[in-house]
Amino acid sequence: MSGAIRHLLSMADLDRDDIDRLLNLTESFAEVSERQIPKVPALRGKTIAWLFYEDSTRTRLSFETAAKRLSADTMNFSVGSSSVNKGESLRDTVETIAAMGVDGIVVRHRGAGAPHRITNWTDACVVNAGDGWHQHPTQSLLDIYTATRHLGSLEGRRVAIVGDIKHSRVARSNAIGFARMGADVTFVAPRTLLPASLEGWPVKVTHDLDEVIEDLDICYLLRMQRERQDDAVVPTLREFHEEYGLTTARADRLSPGSLIMHPGPMNRGVEISGEVADRPNAVITEQVTNGIAVRMAVLYLLLGSGLDLVEERTQVA
Amino acid sequence: MTATLAIKGGTVIDQSGSRRADVVVSADGTILAVGVGLDGDRSLDATDCVVAPGFVDLHVHLRQPGKEEAETIETGARGAARGGFTSVLAMPNTTPAMDCAAVVREVIDLAKDTICDVRPSAAITVGREGERLTPMAELVRLGVRVFTDDGTGIQDDKLMRTALDYAGSLAHLCGGRAIVLAQHCEVSALSEGGFMHEGEWSSRLGIPGQPAEAEELMVMRDIALARLTGTRVHFQHLSTAGSVGMVRVAKAAGLPVTAEAATHHFCLTDACCADYDPVFKVHPPLRTDVDVAAVRQGLIDGTIDAIATDHAPHTPQDKERTFADAPPGMLGLETAFALANTHLDLPIEDLLALLSWRPAAIAGLESDHGGPIVEGAPANLAVVDPATTWTVSGAAMASRSTNTPYEGMTVRGRVRHTILRGDPVVIDGEAQR
Repeated sequence: MSGAIRHLLSMADLDRDDIDRLLNLTESFAEVSERQIPKVPALRGKTIAWLFYEDSTRTRLSFETAAKRLSADTMNFSVGSSSVNKGESLRDTVETIAAMGVDGIVVRHRGAGAPHRITNWTDACVVNAGDGWHQHPTQSLLDIYTATRHLGSLEGRRVAIVGDIKHSRVARSNAIGFARMGADVTFVAPRTLLPASLEGWPVKVTHDLDEVIEDLDICYLLRMQRERQDDAVVPTLREFHEEYGLTTARADRLSPGSLIMHPGPMNRGVEISGEVADRPNAVITEQVTNGIAVRMAVLYLLLGSGLDLVEERTQVA
Repeated sequence: MTATLAIKGGTVIDQSGSRRADVVVSADGTILAVGVGLDGDRSLDATDCVVAPGFVDLHVHLRQPGKEEAETIETGARGAARGGFTSVLAMPNTTPAMDCAAVVREVIDLAKDTICDVRPSAAITVGREGERLTPMAELVRLGVRVFTDDGTGIQDDKLMRTALDYAGSLAHLCGGRAIVLAQHCEVSALSEGGFMHEGEWSSRLGIPGQPAEAEELMVMRDIALARLTGTRVHFQHLSTAGSVGMVRVAKAAGLPVTAEAATHHFCLTDACCADYDPVFKVHPPLRTDVDVAAVRQGLIDGTIDAIATDHAPHTPQDKERTFADAPPGMLGLETAFALANTHLDLPIEDLLALLSWRPAAIAGLESDHGGPIVEGAPANLAVVDPATTWTVSGAAMASRSTNTPYEGMTVRGRVRHTILRGDPVVIDGEAQR
């Protein structure tokens, strides 16, 4: 589908070439971020609205920083989750924002598919910043970027995505993203934390982290949402940590050169032991840093001049 | 002398078979004559058409009282008449719920002059809250024959048993006719928080699902309770292969159970939800290919007694939300015959049985609707053209809402005329008032 990406809703929208193109663009923008004045005029005159129906600090800050470094104007339409029920339909909200003349809408919503719906009601480019359990494509792109910086090609690399997969848009995005890059993806979780069906997914499944730990190139841990314990999907967080957490003992069995990744925010002592999170092969803060350049690349690709990558890299440099 | 109307040139099909015949009805509501070469004061053309007993829908939501912006009894009845229905059973999930004499009387009153008979069902429990029984005897005296908490099932096993036992003691109030409890089978502990069928599609789309077993567990329980109490249970909108299988076994064992299937459950699958369009959100949810095949088979082999629409209008603004936030339900009255005719591999006689006389018998309406087309019988008729194709459009419907999942779809079979008590209320697809 290269060339004509209008929206970024799901990793399923991107083929391998699209991802490569975004990774190259990310590299250019990472360089911008290291400059003394980390700002380029690439999106001057463009307006981007943040439409966050669900609380988010990190993702919104990351997108905002990215937009500012591209010289875009931004506006914030922050909606408390309760106002969804106050009468205004999603369509009315979107049309209101569109009427203000925005070029892009970055949306986070607790309901899966909200960004898809929005594309029906606006001409602006829509970027999915997380929709329910469904997708969080820029997270996957920054994970892929971070991983390739350390491992080079991901072809044949073994990735385990561990923990609360059922409720995780990060897992759904990365299952597709890593697989597109040629990696061999395994989900590790008890049945209570897996989707009902994995028919057609490019992943293997195991309930036993110890079975795969030594073979991994990437051990990707998901945030265990504490409220899940109230749903009794795991007996106790302590038991979850023992069975599915990256304990010190398990981390010791990872092969040298393998990476520990986490989308944040972490629950130290639940999905990852506090000590392990600070090891040199844990690239968790680097993921956050790379998030900005990745989001610059995404916003630029969707809203930018449309110049192709090679010319653009020259221009940016 | 009252005016007469001749329906000429069609094939009459009812439970006694098929014959070429004209039908003359009188404005006082009865069939005067059935035979060849008949005339009346006026005539309606029925060339290439089937003249059948009017259709009966066991499951409609007419939204009145409480949600008149989505539908009213008047507009719903108009849509029903355009769909060939001469009688529909209004579900009690109105606001307030049809759980007491006052609300049931209001519905009866609002339906006085509609162009389709609207019969009220009533809730099994007060406020449909699943806690206390409604005054069932009083409601039966008002004419209620079917009780249901539709939209939700009775979760409490003991309460359901009590409701069945009590309902089983009310036949003397309505000429010895058994009262029916109709159940929306859904164990809410398993379905809660789910917005579509749990399976391959829900997993991929990241939409929380509800498993088929949420329905099947309640079907299983209610079959057991029908056996225990001997009171008839009617299963509403069966949607899973497992449910159809259990009802088949229960019927073979002679238990007092009947079942309906909603049109969408044999036409659409959960794959329709792929674009997150809430027009495809419905409870019970659209299921898999396997379930659709099982529901069709159930209709074909007689396990399922009736086609119902579960007509559920919603305003555009209510559907212009995310899949999770939008309310469940879709229109069905004006498309039911065409969809059944298009998708079910059944002789027209069997199709009409599912749309007319079998549901009429379940709702206790057989003396007014769905009876044989003979001299002296009530003149409630549907005249349908099974061969004509047309394209579905929500905007063209009589409903106040437009939430049809079949928008733009080409279907075969059209309702041409509908006759209610001798009055041609729909002529050539157009409602006359």
